[in-house]
Amino acid sequence: MTISYRMNATSVAIVFCLFFVSTLIWASPIEDRQQIRAFYQQLFPQLKLADYAQGVYAIDPDAKASWLAIEEFPPYELALEQGEILFKQPFANGSGYADCFANKGIAIAQNYPYWDKQKQQIITLASALNECRQNNHLPPLAYGKGEISYLLAYMAFTSRDQLINTQIPDDSPAALAAYLQGQAYFYQRRGQLNFSCASCHLDNAGKYIRSEILSPALGHTTHWPAYRLNTGEMGTLHRRFMVCNKLIRAPVDPAQSNALRQLEYYLSFMDFGLPLNGPSTRK
Amino acid sequence: MPMTRRKFITKVLTLTGYTLTLAFSKTGLANWIADDFRRQTIDSTLKQLFPEQTLLETDKINLKLPRIAENGSVVPITITSTIDNADTIYIFSEKNPVPLIAKFSLNPALETFIGARFKMQETCDVIVVLRADKQYYQTRQKVKVTLGGCGG
Amino acid sequence: MSTIKIRSKHLADYTLVRTLIAHPMETGKRKDDDTGELIPAHFIQTMNFYLNQQLMSQCQMGVGVAKNPFFSFHIKATQPGDIISISWTDNLGYSDTAKHIIQ
Repeated sequence: MTISYRMNATSVAIVFCLFFVSTLIWASPIEDRQQIRAFYQQLFPQLKLADYAQGVYAIDPDAKASWLAIEEFPPYELALEQGEILFKQPFANGSGYADCFANKGIAIAQNYPYWDKQKQQIITLASALNECRQNNHLPPLAYGKGEISYLLAYMAFTSRDQLINTQIPDDSPAALAAYLQGQAYFYQRRGQLNFSCASCHLDNAGKYIRSEILSPALGHTTHWPAYRLNTGEMGTLHRRFMVCNKLIRAPVDPAQSNALRQLEYYLSFMDFGLPLNGPSTRK
Repeated sequence: MPMTRRKFITKVLTLTGYTLTLAFSKTGLANWIADDFRRQTIDSTLKQLFPEQTLLETDKINLKLPRIAENGSVVPITITSTIDNADTIYIFSEKNPVPLIAKFSLNPALETFIGARFKMQETCDVIVVLRADKQYYQTRQKVKVTLGGCGG
Repeated sequence: MSTIKIRSKHLADYTLVRTLIAHPMETGKRKDDDTGELIPAHFIQTMNFYLNQQLMSQCQMGVGVAKNPFFSFHIKATQPGDIISISWTDNLGYSDTAKHIIQ
């Protein structure tokens, strides 16, 4: 009788210790987000949350001056105009993009990416566009640049100033798992240079890498698609992920692969409440 | 059969006439001159465009340029000047393979103001030359062009 | 769709005119990423800016102008209804023109 009593007390003590320790090492996604924001706030005390939507321009005054000069009549306007035309053009079967989306596809980009419970998958805006095309017997668009980036430019433009609304549904362990995988990707070192996203955009945000200032990861999903001065073209967020991996000499996950969708989901969750301001110009 | 002298003269006259017609269309516009946009040094370009003229250095031309070009492919510039009667503005990038970027004529109905975007190959001076009342003026400003980093 | 976009803004002392032109402005020295071949030079040589048939500025340019060229001007005085016309011709013989009515 005494022995079992002692064992019960021990088990209770063990369970209590495990519970206590687990709460220390496993923060909820919302706690992750708060911690990240607190980190950036002490790094850049002069910035308000919405400023992070400007990316590196919020912390690099020389680059910002140049960017503002170009914003007077930004080169993405050409792609934006094309995007509007493409978006409004009816499909061969008489339907159109507007029929595939809530609110006719206007001012909805802030709701992407989201976890689709039925499909058990992360749906990004780009993948939703291609799904729309597929349902209407059209071939898919390439995910890096070109037509998809014009359509995304138009949808981003109609969604300007909407606040990012990425959430993890409470009743979906698979959604949480996807978030955690995206988070793991962010912190995972990779490639010849053995960098992770965090190495540059968290640990060294605001510092120079050769001649450039590293942007904070907070705000990374607000301004896509982007017209890159470098390439003279519109490009998507996933294209940028791919180029970044290539530059750090890591294997390149393809655009809209599970790995990159999870990364986008994670980053977008971190950006919850930030205003959308795409399409944009970036160097 | 070798060309006769008559045929040769006819050819030359036709070619001259054709060139003159091209050079000055009925609207009175000058044509694009390839020589102005040759790949050569800035010194050769300036000597060629302004063989006789002195380019007076002035602080009356104001250039708005980034201190550091975020990307050399697109450098925004704004040019203003308090010099009256400006009728031509030239933009040069000293170390570009083709130093002359552009040349603008200005109708008096315009203010002395030009905004443009151009390419710079490397850190160097941007030189602006302005003509007013047959007098030439110049000013310059250095722009840093950096390469490398993760801009890719 | 025209390659030329024109915007104007009537301000206190002048009218701001801006134009953005879709054009590759290829220098002829760039190599294609996939084929490794040189991309031929293709650039605007002349751009003319008219206000109601009157030539405001003729711009002669070379490969040094940025891709998707942008230009801005200040017109001293305009009236609503004035017509801005911008046209360009490039080294391969292509051209385009567009009009814009000042509000």
